[in-house]
Amino acid sequence: MSTRDEVLARLRRHPPAAVALPELPAFARGERAARGSFDDFAAALQRMGGKVAPPPAGGDVAAAVRALFPDARVLCSATAEVTGDRPLAAVRAPAELADVDVGIVRAAFGVAETGSVLLTEADLGVEALGFLAQHLVVLLDPSCIVPTLHDGYRDAAFANARYAIFMTGPSATADIEGVLIHGAQGIRSLTLLPCASAAG
Amino acid sequence: MTERIDHAEASSGFIAASDHLEFHDRRLWDLRGKRDRATAAIPEWEELRTLASQIKEHTLTHLGAYLEQFERAAQANGVTVHWARDAAEHNQVVYDILAARGAKTLVKAKSMLTDECEMRAFLEPRGIEVIETDLGERIQQLDDEPPSHIVVPAVHKLRADVAEVFARTLGTDPNNHDVHYLAESQRRTTRPSFLTADAGMTGANFAVAETGAIVVCTNEGNADLSVHLPKLYIACVGIEKIIPRTEHLGVFVRMLSRSALGSPITQMTSHFRVPRPGTEMHVVLVDNGRSDRLGMDDFWSSLKCIRCGACMNTCPVYRRSGGLSYGATYSGPIGVIIDPAYNLRKYSALPFASTLNGSCTAVCPVRINIHDQIYKWRRVVAERNALPFAKKQAMKMAGKLLASPRLFRAAVEAAGAGVEYLPRVMLYNRLNAWGKQREVPQAPPQTFRQWWLAQRAKKEPR
Repeated sequence: MSTRDEVLARLRRHPPAAVALPELPAFARGERAARGSFDDFAAALQRMGGKVAPPPAGGDVAAAVRALFPDARVLCSATAEVTGDRPLAAVRAPAELADVDVGIVRAAFGVAETGSVLLTEADLGVEALGFLAQHLVVLLDPSCIVPTLHDGYRDAAFANARYAIFMTGPSATADIEGVLIHGAQGIRSLTLLPCASAAG
Repeated sequence: MTERIDHAEASSGFIAASDHLEFHDRRLWDLRGKRDRATAAIPEWEELRTLASQIKEHTLTHLGAYLEQFERAAQANGVTVHWARDAAEHNQVVYDILAARGAKTLVKAKSMLTDECEMRAFLEPRGIEVIETDLGERIQQLDDEPPSHIVVPAVHKLRADVAEVFARTLGTDPNNHDVHYLAESQRRTTRPSFLTADAGMTGANFAVAETGAIVVCTNEGNADLSVHLPKLYIACVGIEKIIPRTEHLGVFVRMLSRSALGSPITQMTSHFRVPRPGTEMHVVLVDNGRSDRLGMDDFWSSLKCIRCGACMNTCPVYRRSGGLSYGATYSGPIGVIIDPAYNLRKYSALPFASTLNGSCTAVCPVRINIHDQIYKWRRVVAERNALPFAKKQAMKMAGKLLASPRLFRAAVEAAGAGVEYLPRVMLYNRLNAWGKQREVPQAPPQTFRQWWLAQRAKKEPR
């Protein structure tokens, strides 16, 4: 008997009495939806170590990013708004992004409850950009906020993704004496830049 | 015959290092406090616990069907699914995947399952370099010690200990105990490995039957770096990690980090479903005793565990003895009810490493009746005659005393006098575990029964 069939047979030998699958309630979506505001989202993100920049003056996203990181040498953008120094289309292996100072991506939506943004392989261009870059700037339409994670998981942007991450601030660790450090293995900072999509 | 883990004896070294003990106790209790504040902020928290428990119980009672559904979905995504009966088969499957592709270096995120299978010890002599990339797990790997906690693997170490380990293994400045310096040293030395590794590995917090997705919750970003750079990704998944649908992630992800660390979510909650073009993704589904446990009436619900560690952080015995003293991959209250199912004799002392205060059960996000199961394991240990000699004699005596009210009263009254007048050697000797590492409190002048009789005499004069 194959291992697979043996494991499945063992599971079916003495299963505990069947328990029904509960229906998930809507978790007060009405009341929450009213409170699912950008301000709640921004406050939650800041509690998780993220930064929230003011909307770009005059709608110039590229200038706003340069102003945030005046010393950055390599900018790499997966967005229509910023061109950057490293075209993602030319990247053959993800390790080529190791020297990126600032990555720029656009998130489909934010989650008010946790301060998370949803990023998929399409948003990142090359997945590793969201982790190898030293700093990440996330563009987000401030009207694209869902109240809770329940809503986030119901979103079509999540369902269609090959890879999806709810990213909530920068990489962090507290593994030594509980001392909080931002910039563990991945990005050292995450800055949210509120701006509607250029594509409309 | 297997060696029996003597938890009390093993913890004595930890208890003797008073600065470590004091910090460990305080740090974990702080996590418990953070957990309390995070959960109190969610009005539907208790409802979430009930839902989480029901979803897990439903899945476990239909586990075969959900595993088959997961396998079909994963295969449709272009993922190769492997099965392993036990630790040895898991390690062989992983080695075969790596060897067939000539992979020599493996960067990996934290996985309790691979610790359970002692995978590194199998792969390394066969020429595979394994690099743990979670900071705490890396510290433990470099110090050649297992993790002492399922969420914070090096929580028993102080910064000076980490400085010593890193100086010895990474060549850092032994006199620099600054935590930022130490963490940055690990980042600097680990990062090149991500860029050049042949393969990446993660465990799984959840595996979704409906979509075939592997869900990994980390704070450090190391799981994503391990997956998105190499051309080969292997996920090692205990079969109890399956949940039916994506919508159920809403329940579990909302609870996991709030229970573990008191944060609303981990910094990175990653969902790996389809391998990126030109790369391979493999999932190894591992039984290793889980199907046996599913058949145990009193203990199957321990498989609901989502490995948040809340029961460990709240447990007074765990906080004051340290995870390594349990001598097992899983320590603390959840370890106490999981480990004896693997090896009853080896872990027969663990069910006694508990005060049965029920705090573990009260904080468990999936409502496992942990302290009930601890008590039931004590019965199993006693029935299988696996009690140590001193405990057996003490229990025999206690049984006689507790069965007779007259003997019990006499003993309680005598004990009060005993603590006062007995020479120390009678109390603090090797046979009396209660005399180790603690002073027996002075008995009050009256027993409860004496007090109660006196009160009743006052209130109801005859």
